[in-house]
Amino acid sequence: MAALQPLDDVVGDATGTAEGAPADGATAAGTTAARTGRRPRGRRLGVAFWLAVAWLVLVLLAALTAEWLPLADPYLPDVSAKLEGPSAEHPLGADGLGRDQLSRLVHGARVSVTVSLSAVGIGMLVGGVLGTAVGYLRGLFETVVMAVVDVMLAFPSLVLLLAVLAYVGRSLTVISLLIGVLSIPVYTRVARANTLAVAQREFVLAAHTLGATRRRILFREIVPNVVLPVLAFGLVAMGVVIVLEGSLAVLGLSVPPPEPTWGDMIATSKTHLDDAPHAALIPSAAMFLTVLSLNFVGDTLRRRLDVKDAGL
Amino acid sequence: MPLVLRRAVALVVTLLVVSFLTFGLTSLLPGDPAVQILGAEAATEENVAAVREELRLDDPLLARYVHWLGDAVTGDLGRSYRTNQPVAEAIAERLPVTLEIGLLALAIALAVAVPLGTFSAFRAGGLADRVITSTTFGVLAVPSFMMAILLILVFAETLRWLPATGWTRLTDDPVENLRGALLPALSLAMGELAVYTRLLRSDMITTLQQDSITMARAKGLPTWRILFRHALRPSSFSLMTVVGVQIGTIVGGAVIVETLFAVPGVGRLLVDSISQRDLMMVQGVALVIAASVVVVNFAVDLLYSLLDPRIRHGRAATAR
Repeated sequence: MAALQPLDDVVGDATGTAEGAPADGATAAGTTAARTGRRPRGRRLGVAFWLAVAWLVLVLLAALTAEWLPLADPYLPDVSAKLEGPSAEHPLGADGLGRDQLSRLVHGARVSVTVSLSAVGIGMLVGGVLGTAVGYLRGLFETVVMAVVDVMLAFPSLVLLLAVLAYVGRSLTVISLLIGVLSIPVYTRVARANTLAVAQREFVLAAHTLGATRRRILFREIVPNVVLPVLAFGLVAMGVVIVLEGSLAVLGLSVPPPEPTWGDMIATSKTHLDDAPHAALIPSAAMFLTVLSLNFVGDTLRRRLDVKDAGL
Repeated sequence: MPLVLRRAVALVVTLLVVSFLTFGLTSLLPGDPAVQILGAEAATEENVAAVREELRLDDPLLARYVHWLGDAVTGDLGRSYRTNQPVAEAIAERLPVTLEIGLLALAIALAVAVPLGTFSAFRAGGLADRVITSTTFGVLAVPSFMMAILLILVFAETLRWLPATGWTRLTDDPVENLRGALLPALSLAMGELAVYTRLLRSDMITTLQQDSITMARAKGLPTWRILFRHALRPSSFSLMTVVGVQIGTIVGGAVIVETLFAVPGVGRLLVDSISQRDLMMVQGVALVIAASVVVVNFAVDLLYSLLDPRIRHGRAATAR
């Protein structure tokens, strides 16, 4: 589970960690900590939260409008500007081939946004539905699905990812699909854990006592309470997917050049660390801020929506 | 069925499924290994057929799997299609390197995280705690490859204290070996460190509110003794779980860092053999990586239930 491992323990006591713990005691301890140690300060979300959201919106806009922005050609080498620092012509400097860094950064956002949105979308949709279903229906169905999930989690996903990308080819579509499929088990676990917690709460019991059908309970009582925590988890997972693209770039298995990607920009800058550290630092900063913002927004939402107090 | 036995059965089943998946997936990948072995010129139809015959490539998948698994159980993972070196031998050569980096990273992470997390919990809400909490949150957003590049930039390019790439064997020169291992290990350790610190802090805060701690304080015990002798053990269960999972991923978890630092470990072996389409090697390495995850998780689960009296007694009572 090398590649997607961070999904389990990204942020503090993420649901994955608590769920994965074999001890009921550990889960209980984690919950108490969440209750007493980190009490949310009022209902206000704070400046940092909105700054993070603003950065994410900026990245999304950059990805959507890259083609129409007044930027240099991200593929055009300008030999005279090779490895140059920031200047009027190249605001963020140029890379090892003399291509404009700002332009490549903005165009590279498209890959990060596409991969993370589609991979998380697939994982969340399939895993979320599956996890909610098994968490509510229980029985043999649950046993079988969770056994498959456990096996998939035990299988080193990086091995699969590397092998398939090396042989099948590495287009944006293949990378997004593959990461999406590989992340299904984690979402299944998160959705199931949340469903189990919600299903024990009083309002579900109340609905049941009032004679609501199982379908009504599932869609009106359980799903609305599971969707938000899973979405919050998905935000954090988007950060993991963006990082994964970078890791693939280091191995030369990301979207093939000359297509600009943040991961590729960081990976190829390694050879110029001695004379042009800005070539590494600028795309790193962009990726860092994006992952940080996703973690922050996801974590803030998750803490607000935590239903683990109901007892898992 | 006793807990241990149930877990053991689950372990064997998981190993079987994982090994079949590994074998099946790598076998289904396009490209004829026989052509790979022979090279383009020698790959006449006749030669290819002969090699396929020798390697039993024309047998049905299941038959080949059983054959391969039978050998694998005895420690024979076949021979590399490229170099003809036994796969098990190649892995045994690389394993110590990966283990050294992984364990060094774990040791660094724990050595920093335990005092840091404890201190942070002790001063919960204070300035130091806020600095530690937000710094570690920031570190969580730095992936290992970015950390590697930053560390190279600072310690190899600017300060010139440590080499950026290269590997010296431990037996050749222990000091050089450690210098080469330090930056890769640090790249891995930083992320782990941040997770451990945050986990320990949040559990420790709960522990410090318990009556036993107030009691210890009332007895007049020194603070360090309360923190490290009384509070650390009951606060460390989540930490131990995560460390356990981490140990399981050591063998397969350093692929990126090994590539960036040109370290000859298991991860590099995997990447190289995938790009060279050395199927036998890929299957062997993938099996070892998967097995190490599954086996370590199994061991940690067992250890965990032995260490935590709540589980030991709770589960024992229901099992009977």
